[in-house]
Amino acid sequence: MTAVLEARGLGKKYGRRRALSDCTLVIPAGHVAGLVGPNGAGKTTLLHLAVGLLQPTSGTIAVLGGRPAESPALLGRVGFVAQETPVYAALSVADHLRLGAWLNPGWDNDGAERRIEQLSLDPSQRAGKLSGGQRAQLALTLAIAKRPELLILDEPVASLDPLARREFLQHLMEAVAEHGLSVVLSSHLVADLERVCDYLIVLAASRVQVTGEVEELLATHYRLTGARRDPASLPAGQQVVQASHTDRQGTLIVRSEGPIHDPAWTVEQISLEDLVLAYMSQAGEADRVRRSGLGVVR
Amino acid sequence: MIRLSWRQFRTQAAVACAVLAVIAVILAITGPHLVHLYDTTVAPCKTYGDCGLAQSVFVRSDGKLQSFLADFLLVVPALIGIFWGAPLIARELEAGTFRLAWTQSITRKRWLAAKLGVVGLASIAVAALLSLMVTWWSNPFDRVNADRFSPAMFGERGITPVGYAAFAFVLGVTAGVLIRRTLPAMAGTLAAFVGARVAMTIWVRPHLIAPVRTSLSFLSLGSKTGVGIGNTPSGLSMIVPETAIAPNAWIYTNQIIDTAGHAPTNRFLRAACPLAAGGPPPGSQTGGGSAGPHSSPSGAAAFHACIAKVAAQFRVVVTYQPAGRYWAFQACETAIFLALALILAGVCLWWIRHRLS
Repeated sequence: MTAVLEARGLGKKYGRRRALSDCTLVIPAGHVAGLVGPNGAGKTTLLHLAVGLLQPTSGTIAVLGGRPAESPALLGRVGFVAQETPVYAALSVADHLRLGAWLNPGWDNDGAERRIEQLSLDPSQRAGKLSGGQRAQLALTLAIAKRPELLILDEPVASLDPLARREFLQHLMEAVAEHGLSVVLSSHLVADLERVCDYLIVLAASRVQVTGEVEELLATHYRLTGARRDPASLPAGQQVVQASHTDRQGTLIVRSEGPIHDPAWTVEQISLEDLVLAYMSQAGEADRVRRSGLGVVR
Repeated sequence: MIRLSWRQFRTQAAVACAVLAVIAVILAITGPHLVHLYDTTVAPCKTYGDCGLAQSVFVRSDGKLQSFLADFLLVVPALIGIFWGAPLIARELEAGTFRLAWTQSITRKRWLAAKLGVVGLASIAVAALLSLMVTWWSNPFDRVNADRFSPAMFGERGITPVGYAAFAFVLGVTAGVLIRRTLPAMAGTLAAFVGARVAMTIWVRPHLIAPVRTSLSFLSLGSKTGVGIGNTPSGLSMIVPETAIAPNAWIYTNQIIDTAGHAPTNRFLRAACPLAAGGPPPGSQTGGGSAGPHSSPSGAAAFHACIAKVAAQFRVVVTYQPAGRYWAFQACETAIFLALALILAGVCLWWIRHRLS
């Protein structure tokens, strides 16, 4: 099966500021992939590179086997819901469906109208008067009705209240089930992703920290608690993600392909949230070290 | 994409149509009356004798409407640039809707082409219709004023407003693309458009076609309205109004010189034209009087004698654009602004494809 998104050494700079560095990443088809990371980690930059709104400053990115936005045909195969779910405030809901039909040869008008009806949106309502949740649903409807193979959503639920958030994700999952879409969606909240994603990419400090199927990640990460001990003394194949300790006790988040039998440790499974946080704080620390190191060199 | 551009533009288009319709109605009502007035007062004025009076009364009719149309046609291209051009893309960039548009199954090139095409053609149509109506309505005045090259009239008749509107529109779009914010783009559009218009009028237009230089005899001019001797504070000087040289021509310079290139001296004029020099100048109690052929019967004879004496030594040397070049100038200036609009459209496309990503 081909990859829906494949990045090699991808980087993007805005002037001198690095928004994304050396990002190598393969997202296989058929997944709902969550892109998670703190604010400012480069999630939006990565997604904008994937839909061709931005051009990389280094490296390459391929989406569905082609350069993003290289042709109208490829544009038609990728649906995108941008952050803040922008819609034309002066145009009505029905206008937006017409817009979709005019601009997309593969437009599924019946499907779009059905969805608008399900959402009980008034087609004559101006999009500027919709609530945040309704606007997000309209943007999602537009992205789904062009019948893409890959749907990319940038923080689609960030500004929604919990109920609207749940409804949005529910509609998204219905569409995935119905059309067999691959999805990449970003969020800074793991709880949103946990419900829908089966693939995870953690992006922090403008770098990819970890990527993989959620089940596999959960099966290979452990929390070890026990007497404080040098992390370097762990056997090969066990990789420390995060270490924290008090005077006597140590807690390690460890990635290991095989089971851990060392009786010195209390071994626990960890939640997705803890896993993500471990990678994010590790990245934050590494970033701080890198910066202070540079400071010393200067 | 054309349909979407039209959908986004149709409210503005309706407003423009309404304004044009109101102006069309007003001009359609007043226009025929002006033609009638011209036919009954100015056209037969020769038979009554006093054309000057008939003309000066006529050109003041419908004065408020005249000055409104002049102002309106002057600002319409700027308004198009500010209200149609500048927000066209700046608003999409501000609201983030460009991310929606650019991820549909359509290239940015087509997106831009449709937007520029629909609103640009509307801008051109509005300017063309307005100019056509005003040119038709003002025709009687323009015939009397006989000054088609004057900056105000040149830019508000014929095809130049079309060039200005197209240019102002694309200028506004470009400002929006470069500045990315609607209000600053609007201000930038106004400043740049005024700058371009002023630069064209003052520095470029006079050099579009090399002027003609010719010398005229005073005798051939002597019978025309307005030629005479002026009594100015600095002394006497010959007056040759531009309309006396050639109606509707564009006079650059107009010198009265002898074969050696010298202007008539004050002493020479005093000797040649004692009437103008001595006594209170006819028609005026203050310094700036003049002597013309119609002052009085004895004055007429003295005037003709004066002209004959001046004409024996001096000629009028004129540098000018003949009236027949009017449409060449119109076409040239319009073409320049249309070309600038095309270049700016190319800048927009390049910027949208390469810099906004």
